[in-house]
Formats: sequence, C-alpha cells, structure tokens
Amino acid sequence: MARSVEREKRSKHLVEEWVGRVYTLICVGLLVLTIFSMVYFVASKGLSTFFRDGVNPIDLFTGVKWAPESEPPLFGALPFIVGSFSTSILAALIAAPLGFCAAVFIVELMPKFGRKVLQPVIELLAGIPSVVYGFVGLSVIVPFFRDIFPGQGLGLAAGGVVLSIMILPTITTIATDALAALPSGLKEGSYALGSTRWQTIYRIVLPTTLPALLTGIVLGIARAFGEALAVQMVIGNAPHIPRSLFESASTLTSAITLSMGNTIMGTAHNNALWTLALILLTMTFVFVFIVRWLERRSKV
Amino acid sequence: MKKSLMFVMSIVLVFTLAACGGNNGGTAGGNNSTNGTNEGAGTNTNTGAGNEGTDAAADLSGSYLATGSSALQPLVDQAAQMFMEKNSGVTIQVQGGGSGTGLAQVSEGQANIGNSDVFAEEKLDADKAAELKDHQVAVVAMAAVVNPEVTVDNLTKQQLVDIFTGTITNWSEVGGADQKIVIVNRPASSGTRATFEKYALGTKAEDLQGMIQEDSSGTVKKLVGETPGAIGYLALSYLDDTVKTVKYEGVEATEENVANGTYPVWAYEHMYTKGEPDAALQAFLDYMVSDEVQNGVVVELGYIPVSKMQITRDIDGNVTNK
Repeated sequence: MARSVEREKRSKHLVEEWVGRVYTLICVGLLVLTIFSMVYFVASKGLSTFFRDGVNPIDLFTGVKWAPESEPPLFGALPFIVGSFSTSILAALIAAPLGFCAAVFIVELMPKFGRKVLQPVIELLAGIPSVVYGFVGLSVIVPFFRDIFPGQGLGLAAGGVVLSIMILPTITTIATDALAALPSGLKEGSYALGSTRWQTIYRIVLPTTLPALLTGIVLGIARAFGEALAVQMVIGNAPHIPRSLFESASTLTSAITLSMGNTIMGTAHNNALWTLALILLTMTFVFVFIVRWLERRSKV
Repeated sequence: MKKSLMFVMSIVLVFTLAACGGNNGGTAGGNNSTNGTNEGAGTNTNTGAGNEGTDAAADLSGSYLATGSSALQPLVDQAAQMFMEKNSGVTIQVQGGGSGTGLAQVSEGQANIGNSDVFAEEKLDADKAAELKDHQVAVVAMAAVVNPEVTVDNLTKQQLVDIFTGTITNWSEVGGADQKIVIVNRPASSGTRATFEKYALGTKAEDLQGMIQEDSSGTVKKLVGETPGAIGYLALSYLDDTVKTVKYEGVEATEENVANGTYPVWAYEHMYTKGEPDAALQAFLDYMVSDEVQNGVVVELGYIPVSKMQITRDIDGNVTNK
C-alpha cells in the first residue's frame, strides 16, 4: 500500500519534471529559431548588396552620395550612419543629466513624492506611442527651432530633443535602481566625515554608481538608435551630412522607413535598405556587448 | 500548478499551429476571417470550402487580397466595403505598403490585386510586368504648392526644373521676394515623386543638401504651410487654404484642365492583376469603374473619375483623344 503511494508520487514527480523540461525546451527552441532566422534573413538580404549587386563595401561605408534611383545608382550610406550616431548621442547628452538628477531626487531628496509621483510620471513617457512624439516634435519643437535658429527647424537638433524625451524613462529607471541599491554605509560614512549632501552625491554616489549609470545611457542610446517613426518626422530626411544641427539630415532608420514600401524586393535599392538594416542590427549587438561589459565591471 | 502549466502549453501550441497554418496559404483557404496579419489566408482564390454558408442569391464567392499604394488604399477600401455588402460571398482585404510592395506581391502571386501609382513597367522587370493586367480606376493630379506668404503665382516648367535641381535657390529669381527657397520633396522611391518628375519636370530632381523629404502628404502639407519660402507638391485632394497652389505654365490645376488634357501633371491609379482575373474579381474591377463608384467615392476622395477623361495617355506619355 505504502509502496504504491510512493510509486504514484514518484511518477507524478516524473511527469511534472518532464512537462517542465519539454515545455522549457520548446520555448527556448522557438526563441533561438526566431532570433537566428531574423539575423539570417537580414544578413542574407543585406549582404546581397555586396555579393549580387556588386557594391563595394568601402564605397557604401564612406560614400556621401545616396542616389539609388539614378544612373548609375550610388549607395553612399555615410550620411545615414553619421545621422544615426549624432542624433542618438545628442539625445543621450540631453537625457543623461536629466535622468541622473531625477534619480537623485527620487532616491535621495524626496523619496516619498519622487517614488509616488515623479517616477510613475517619467515611466509613463515610455508608454506614449512614437508617432505621438513625432507629431509633438513636428508641431512644437520644429516651429520653435525654426523661429530662433537659422534653418527650417528640422534636423539633428529636433531629432535629438525628441529622442531624449523618449529615452528618459530608460535612463531614469536604471539610475534610480542603481542609487537605491547603493549600500547605505557608504553615504553614512561620508556624512560622518562631515560632507554635505551635495558633496556626498557628487563625490561618493556618482562615482560608485557610474558603471550602472553608463549602462542606462548605453541602453538609452540603443533605443534611440533603433527609433524610426518619430525621428523620421522631425529630421528632414535629406540624404546628406548636415552642415549644422538645424539642417535637414537622415538616419539609418528614417532612410529605411521612407523607402522600404516603395521599392521592390530583390532590387538593388531594396537590398541596399536591408544593408542599412544590417548595420543597425550589428550596432545593436555592439551596444548589447558594451552593456554586458559595463555590468561585469560594476560587479567588481 | 500543473493545470495552469498545461494551459500555457496549449496556448503556445495553438500559436505555433496558427503560425504554421499561415505559412502555407493553400491549406488555409477555409479561413475567411478578416485577420489583417494573416496574409497567406487572403491570397487563396476561390476555394469554395470556406464559403458554404453564403447567401444563395450571391453567386460570386472567394476571398481576395489587394495590397499596395497607400494613396489608393482608401478608395479601394471603401469600394470593397460597398461591393462586399452587395456580394456577401466575396471577401476583399485591402492593405497598404506602397506601390512597390503591391506590384511585387501581385507579381509573385501573394496578392490578387496590386494597387500602384505608377505603371508596372516602371518598377518591375519587363517580363514580369508583361504578365500583369492593368486596370486604370482613377486619375490623380498633382500641383506644385508653396507657402501662402510666397508671392509667386505661376511657375514654368524650366523654373520648376531649376528649383528642384538647385539652380535657382531664391524666390527673387522667379519674380518673388528675396527669400530662400526651401524644397519639401518626396523620397526617390515615391510614386508621387516619380509622377511629378515625369510630367512636371521631365527630368529627375536632385536630392539637394538641406532639402526636406517626407513620405506622407499630410506632413508635406503641414511643412509647406508652416515653413517660410517652402515649395512642394501635393495631390489635388490635399489642397486647401493652408498652402498656395501655383499655376503650371499658366495653367491652373483643376479637374477640367486635367480632363481636357491642358494640365499634364497627373497619373493613373492602377489596379494590377496577374493575368485575367476570375469572375468575382472581374466583377469587383468592373464595379470600380462603374458610375456608382466613379461618381461617388472617387469624387468624394478627391480623385478624378477615369470616365471623365477626354484623353488617354500611355506609359511613354503619348496622349490620344478618346
């Protein structure tokens, strides 16, 4: 009797064990399959620009003239690469100080109000659709820049400002978590030695949490790098390297969204757009590696 | 615990199967749902299996997918709704995606109708384009528009070419105030731009430093209306008081001038099928050019009815009187 109960128990255990194992394996298998097929698809399309259409990779990465419909077609993607990097970095330059200050406010200065009101409000920004950001940018930021700076208002500056608002939640959330996780002994020690609050924040909190803050910034840049719609609406989309922050420019994503639907699969123009997508994908991998490296460092 | 696990597993399984079903459109013919994401199901023509429960009065049946030009999408979509009300056995899905996508998908058999702003020959290889049958359902005319504060009323072809290739950069050179010209163009791949280049400029425009490029007509209109010294071009249906329409070679962009052939900047809206369409699809295409649609939805949405055109024009621009 006791034995049969035990056997039943054991078989139940076995079933649960196997159900869990098979389920996990299926999920992981699907995940890996999805990721690999995505990468394979983008890579095979993107690389055919070089192998099938015979575009020289050096021309693509250093060329400044993008005229895929002209005779002969020219595929110089440097303006897009420059545009993508400058808007993302500009966005990070604007958002990083704001995010850090917001985190200091939430954790150190007014935890009650900060946690209850400010943090949810900032996180709300992440839930706003990007087309709304684009339209607000087009209706508010672009006319504002047009009035006070020379140029048409569209350009890297407008793109950077719109993106900075979009990546603020990422940077703030990570900075808040990092600040909250700081051992209180460090701060108390600093206060005990007679530092003021600002001296403690500036000399102790900032340097110790720096790797985590950088992680947030890199994640923010990665998000800005991949954002398409909002940027496309405010950047102007001229395929040139702009001479000022207020002159029409392009990013990798805006070039792709602008032309992907109008070109035909398999044509040189379409393949070149996939090459831009491949560059985006590769850059995202690089950002992920930077984040992992920063995380490793912050543990030491 | 175990039950909830089984539940999650079965959901995953269902999704996997659904994904598999979507991949081979051939077996999914019975699926007559209007699920926009499942393109495979919509492409299958005339499988009677899915339409057993249809109205006995309607002898036409089948489910079809029309995809392509976003400019043409609202027209086809509305006409399709009206057609489906009359023929309950027919399902027509209309999707956007751009002229290039539409032509490619109809050519590869992924869609039944490819909506396009341009002739198939301009986008596809000659042998692929030859397989497609052209159905011209409407005419869309375009006009050059400027910021309301620009004083110029008329631009010649040569002046437009000079502006869009960067030879003329100031409004004073074409009789306006001393103000820099800001070009609001479309991307090089756009069908609207192709039409404007072909019939208004007669040459390719340059992608100049500092110019603005936008894909959507709404954004172009907003930017031209707000940016001092801006020039762009819009379909007639988008024109209103926020932008100023300029004459082309002294001719005003009106429906009559397009219909009698004096205003040249217009293009056909095409609906391509691969080979001859089947009965239900033919009925829908006939419906598109019927008086009900041509004098109704077509006019409402700002297109010019094909039936009103007194001239026809082929792909090379040769005009003949009807």
